[in-house]
Amino acid sequence: METVEKTTEQSTPKTRETFQPRIVGFLCNWCAYSGADLAGVSRLQSSPNIRIIRTMCSGRVDPAMILRAFELGADGVLIAGCHFGDCHYLEGNFKTMRRIELLKMVLKRFGIDEKRLRLEWISASEAEKYARVSFEFTEQIREMGPLVLQFS
Amino acid sequence: MPKPKLALYWAASCGGCEITVLDIEEKILEVAAFFDIVFWPCAMDFKYADVEAMQDQEIDITLFNGAIRTSENEHLAKLLRRKSKTLIAFGSCAHEGCIPGLSNFYDAKSTFEYAYRESPTVEESSRGIYPQPKTAMPEGEIEIPEFYNTVKVLDQVVDVDYTIPGCPPQSAQVIAVLEAVIDILKTGKALPPRGAILGAGDKTCCDECPRTRKEKKIKEFFRPHEIIPKEDECLLDQGILCLGPATRSGCGALCVKANVPCRGCYGAPPNVSDQGAKMISALSSVIDAATPEEARKIMEKIADPLGTLYRFSLARSTFRRVQMGNGKNEK
Repeated sequence: METVEKTTEQSTPKTRETFQPRIVGFLCNWCAYSGADLAGVSRLQSSPNIRIIRTMCSGRVDPAMILRAFELGADGVLIAGCHFGDCHYLEGNFKTMRRIELLKMVLKRFGIDEKRLRLEWISASEAEKYARVSFEFTEQIREMGPLVLQFS
Repeated sequence: MPKPKLALYWAASCGGCEITVLDIEEKILEVAAFFDIVFWPCAMDFKYADVEAMQDQEIDITLFNGAIRTSENEHLAKLLRRKSKTLIAFGSCAHEGCIPGLSNFYDAKSTFEYAYRESPTVEESSRGIYPQPKTAMPEGEIEIPEFYNTVKVLDQVVDVDYTIPGCPPQSAQVIAVLEAVIDILKTGKALPPRGAILGAGDKTCCDECPRTRKEKKIKEFFRPHEIIPKEDECLLDQGILCLGPATRSGCGALCVKANVPCRGCYGAPPNVSDQGAKMISALSSVIDAATPEEARKIMEKIADPLGTLYRFSLARSTFRRVQMGNGKNEK
């Protein structure tokens, strides 16, 4: 796998070849997406590397959707939902938690670092947490380099 | 009217699908009477040259079982596609890779390494001698088929018209399909839509399962040898990993009726792209854990999660194979 130079704040992407991770973020409508929205209206910067997809619940995210994201070129996938007890559908996020645990076990055995999949609980008021997580995860994936899948 | 032409071929398979064709018992006489069998290497003496000499689309129906493991499998898949009007993927190997597909846990190099060097049954004098695709002999160069890195399923190599799932497809289903085919050829009825799954249901295995189900709350998983399952209660309820919820119906719930969990051979149900992912989804909904630690503790008792959830469908799954290089680089 090619080595990837870490981008610093000062580096200018135009003059330096840098790796911009592609990250798909599945954010739940009621908490995490509102949190990301709040980050926007509060003019908090969040990572532009995350392509956000709004879902009604983090429990709506089928493991097949996560695998498909990786297959189509995502270097990382972020799932964010409500804190336990806050789920609009009562226990959708508990199912998400168990699903991600099992999916990570399977991803590892597929030969894919399970750290490429991250689960976070972000409430509608936690704009700062969303902004922090988005940069943290982007930097982490940048460090890990692109995900190169071999199908044959 | 000349008889319609039928061909049967086996690629990387165990031969069980050939047996299931004979398992239709006396119906095989009807099939032999109605069709002109032009190619069936398992049962009759045909040469590849006989197929190559045919006109394109001369064969009416080809039942192709087995996965694509070698260049020979691929060559025959392409040849039979060209010579056949209708190509049917017959059985789990051609449909989704099945047990041969599990070799996608490894690559060609590590497979050879084990089979020709490490295995205790390799004779000392030939230890470490690997098969070569081409070998120079005094009489000229001879060749054997190339062994591919990854097992593929039939429709990853050629266009497939229909699929009959199952490991092996159940004989009653095979009879139903053959009778329907004979009826269509006799009366000129419309064919099913291209890409259809034949000889199976459009629900899940649970739909055919006679056991009673409660609301599931799994606290612990058991492997089959660790527990004597109750005969009338859902196996998943009892903590035995049964793939019924993520498996297409059609077999008549054979395994669960024998007190054995469904292993998933009929493949993913309709509108599901990845059988293992669907099973992850189903299991996560019924595991009784409120914290990640608790969930991990319960899930750690699942032996070989990848091989269990993708036992039949690894070659067809979203990732097709285990990532060898990435696994090493990514620790």
